[in-house]
Amino acid sequence: MKFTLCVWRQLNSDEPGSMVSYEVDGVSEDMSFLEVLDLLNENLVVRGEEPIAFDHDCREGICGMCALVINGVPHGPEPVTTACQLHMRKFTDGQTITVEPWRAAAFPVIRDLVVDRRSLDRVIQAGGFVSVNTGSAPDANALPISKDAADRAFEAAACIGCGACVAACPNASASLFVAAKVAQFAALPQGQPERLQRAIHLVEAMDREGFGGCTNHYECEAVCPKGIPVSFIAHLNRDFLKAALMSREVRDVPPAVEAEE
Amino acid sequence: MSILDGKVPGGPIETKWSNYRVDMKLISPTNKRKLRVIVVGSGLAGASAAASLAELGYQVDCFCFQDSPRRAHSVAAQGGINAAKNYQNDGDSVRRLFYDTVKGGDFRAREANVYRLAEISNSIIDQCVAQGVPFARDYGGLLDNRSFGGAQVSRTFYARGQTGQQLLLGCYGALSRQIGLGKVQMHSRVEMLDLVVVEGKARGIITRHLVSGRIARWAADAVVLATGGYGNVFYLSTNAMGCNVTATYRAYKRGAYFANPCFTQIHPTCIPVAGEHQSKLTLMSESLRNDGRIWVPVQPDETRAAADIPEAERDYFLERKYPAFGNLAPRDISSRAAKEVCDEGRGVGKLGRGVYLDFSDALARLGKGSIAGRYGNLFEMYEKITGENPYQRPMRIYPASHYTMGGLWVDYNLMSNIEGLHVLGEANFSDHGANRLGASALMQGLADGYFIIGDTLGNYLGSAELAEVDINHAAFADAENSVRAGIKRLLEVNGRRSVDSFHRELGNIMWEYCGMSRNAQGLRKAIDLIAELREQFWREVRVPGTNESFNVALENAGRVADFLEFAQLLCYDALSRDESCGAHFREEHQTPEGEAERNDEAFSYVSAWQFTGVGSEPIQHKEPLSFDNVALATRSYK
Repeated sequence: MKFTLCVWRQLNSDEPGSMVSYEVDGVSEDMSFLEVLDLLNENLVVRGEEPIAFDHDCREGICGMCALVINGVPHGPEPVTTACQLHMRKFTDGQTITVEPWRAAAFPVIRDLVVDRRSLDRVIQAGGFVSVNTGSAPDANALPISKDAADRAFEAAACIGCGACVAACPNASASLFVAAKVAQFAALPQGQPERLQRAIHLVEAMDREGFGGCTNHYECEAVCPKGIPVSFIAHLNRDFLKAALMSREVRDVPPAVEAEE
Repeated sequence: MSILDGKVPGGPIETKWSNYRVDMKLISPTNKRKLRVIVVGSGLAGASAAASLAELGYQVDCFCFQDSPRRAHSVAAQGGINAAKNYQNDGDSVRRLFYDTVKGGDFRAREANVYRLAEISNSIIDQCVAQGVPFARDYGGLLDNRSFGGAQVSRTFYARGQTGQQLLLGCYGALSRQIGLGKVQMHSRVEMLDLVVVEGKARGIITRHLVSGRIARWAADAVVLATGGYGNVFYLSTNAMGCNVTATYRAYKRGAYFANPCFTQIHPTCIPVAGEHQSKLTLMSESLRNDGRIWVPVQPDETRAAADIPEAERDYFLERKYPAFGNLAPRDISSRAAKEVCDEGRGVGKLGRGVYLDFSDALARLGKGSIAGRYGNLFEMYEKITGENPYQRPMRIYPASHYTMGGLWVDYNLMSNIEGLHVLGEANFSDHGANRLGASALMQGLADGYFIIGDTLGNYLGSAELAEVDINHAAFADAENSVRAGIKRLLEVNGRRSVDSFHRELGNIMWEYCGMSRNAQGLRKAIDLIAELREQFWREVRVPGTNESFNVALENAGRVADFLEFAQLLCYDALSRDESCGAHFREEHQTPEGEAERNDEAFSYVSAWQFTGVGSEPIQHKEPLSFDNVALATRSYK
C-alpha cells in the first residue's frame, strides 16, 4: 500500500508549525499506524532529515502515551481504539492521511506531534487519590464492596489519561478525565471521606490549568479509546454541586493536610 | 573472582525479616527531612518507593523518561498479582507461595528474599485496596481470586485483564499526593545517563532532559534504581518501545555488578511476527490457555486452513508431551515446545512461526457468550491486530521476549555492591531465580517499593558515614563530561544507517543464538557478531539533529549503543552457565526427552559480573545459593 501523509511539523513551542506532505510506499496492511510513522522516519533519517517526533510507548493501547489526531479525529477512525492499535487495513490504498497533535491551550506543542500533558498530572495531584499512607491499611476483605460498585469503579478507572477527550472537545474540557477519577472513588467506600473535597479540588485544578468547561457535546465519549461514558460527568456535576453547597469548612480544606511532627 | 555476601540475617526463615527490622537503625523525623533520595523510574517499584519514602519524610526526586509517571510499562501487565491470603480456603499459605516461587525459579533464587516476598504479599493487597484499586470481587462483595501460571491454588488477585494498570494507578495516586504536598519533585521526560559514585558510595546521577537536551547533575544521599528490565535487547519483545538497559548498564560501568543476565523469560502466548516492519509484540494473556488448545499440523509445510485439517492430522503437542499440565505447562516449557515444532517446519501462519491456540472445543462446550465473557477483550484485541476473528478460526501465537529475571546484583537490603545504590523491581535480580511465575512480577515490584526499601534504606542512611557532597564535586564533573562525550560521539558518526536498523539486527542475533535455546558454539558466535555489529554502528549510524533539542533519534541511539555492549555480557553469562535451568536452556544439557537438566553441584550460585571495559570479558563473582528450607527437586510438569 502507498499513502500520502500530511504531518504537522513544528520545531519547538516557540516556532510556528506547518503541515508537510510525505509519500510512504511499501506499507503492508498488517502494519500499525505508528509503524508507518516508523517507516517514514527511517527514510527521513537515512536522507539526513530529522525524524517526526511523536509520543508512543507500550503500543498495546494501555499506557496512554500515543496522541495523534488522524484525519481530524483523535486516535483516528476506529472507535474505542488508540492510535497504536490502529492498523492500515482500515485505510484505503493511495489515501491521503492528515496527522496532527492534540490541540488545546492546556497541551502546548513540544515538537511536531508531541504535546505537554503535565496539566493532567497536576489535576490528579490536586486530589485524585485516596489519602492513605503505606502500611496503614486494614485487611483487604474487612470492607466488603458490592460487585456492582467495584465494577463501576473499574469502568471509570480504565481511563488511560491520553487526553483524547480534551483534544476532541470544542471547549478543550478535561471534564471526562476528571469525572472518571472522581467517579472511581465515589463508587467505593474508601473514597467517601474525601469525596466532596475531591470533586471541588479537581474541578478547580482543571480550571486553573486552562481546560474549558463541559457544554455537553459528547465528543469526548465518541473518541475515548476506553469507552468511558459521559454519564460520569453527570456524577461529577452532582458531587461538585453538593460540595459547593456545603459549608465553607468543607470547601476550604486545602488540597491535602499533612500533620507536622 | 570473589564470593559475594548476600547479607541474609540469621535465624529461622520465618522470623528473619521481622527480627531484622527490630534491629534496624531508625532516623528521627527531623533528620529524615535533611536527607535526599533519588528514585529513577516510576513503575510499580519506583512510584511505590518514591511515595513511601516521601511519606516517611525524606526529600525525594523521582525521574521518568515518559511524559507522565503513570505510563511506566508496569501499566501493561495483564494477569494479576499473587498473595498468600488463602481467602479461597484452598490450602495456601506464606510457606506455599514461597515454595512455589523458589521451585518455579528452578532453585536459582535467594531463599530468604523469596520468603520475605511471600510474607509481604498480603500487605500489598491490603494497601492497594485501601487506595481504591478496583480488584475483581464476587457477589458477596469480597475479593475474587483465580489460579494462574502453574499454581494449584487460587491466589491471584486481578482487575480484569488490566491488573498492572490498576496497581500502577494506585502507586501513581500515592506519588501524585506526595508531589502535590511538595515532598516529591517529579522530573518527567528526563533520562538518567550516568551514576555518580563518590568515595565508593552512590551520591547522585547525571540526566538529560529529553525536551531541551539539558544535561544536569543531581546529588543525593542515596540512589534508588527502579528502571525495569532489558527485554528489548531482543528488539522485538512485549516491552514498551522505551524500555531500555541504560540506567542499570551505566551503573554497571561504574562498578555495580550485573547478576544472571542470561535469565530472560520468553512468554509463550504472543501474537506472532507479521513482517519485517514489526516494532513490538503483543502479549495475549496466559489465561487463554485455560480454554484454548494448542496444536500444529502433523505434516510439515501444511497449506490447508486450520478448519480443513482433520482431527487425526493435528498434533496437540503440549497435551501429548505433558499430560498432567497439558496446555497449562509453565512458560519456559511451553515456549520451547512451540519453537521445536516450528523448527520441524510445522509452524503456521505466513512466516511459519506460530502455533494454533484453538477455542473451538471450548466454544462448543460453553457457548460463545461465556467465552466472550471470559476473554472478550482479548479476542477483540487479537482481531484488531491480525484482522482475523478468533471465534471463527484459531488464534496464532508464538513466544516472545517478555521479562528479565537478571538485573543488578543486590543483597538482602536490596543494595548493590556499591553502597547507597539500591535496586528495585525488575531492575534487580533477586527473587525469581531462573524463571518467574505468572503474577509474581507485580508482587515483587510493590513489595520492594512499599514495604522493603523504606526499612532497609533507613537502616543504611542511619548507619552510613556520609560526607558532605554537592554537585560541584569532581566526580560529578567527571560523569557529566563522559555523558557529553558519549552524546557528541553519537552525533559525529554521521553515517548512513538508522539506529533502528542496528537494533533490529542485534535482536536477530540475540533471538537466534541466545533466545529460547542456546549452545556454546552459538553463543561464541553471537559474541563475535555483536562486536562486529557494534563496530559497524560506530562507523555507520546516522543520528541527525543536535543535543539541544527534542531529539528522539539521539535518545534512541544512546539506548541502542548500550544494548550493543550489554548483549555481549548476556552472552558471556549464558556461556558460563553450562547447565540448563528455568528459562536458560543449554542444548548440551537436556534429558533424552529434551527436558532441561540442571546441575546443582556445579551451578548453585548467582553469577555477578564486573565491568572490565567495552568488548573485554567481564570478571565473574559468585554468590553461593543454599537451600535450607526447600528440598532441591527436578521440576516436572508431566
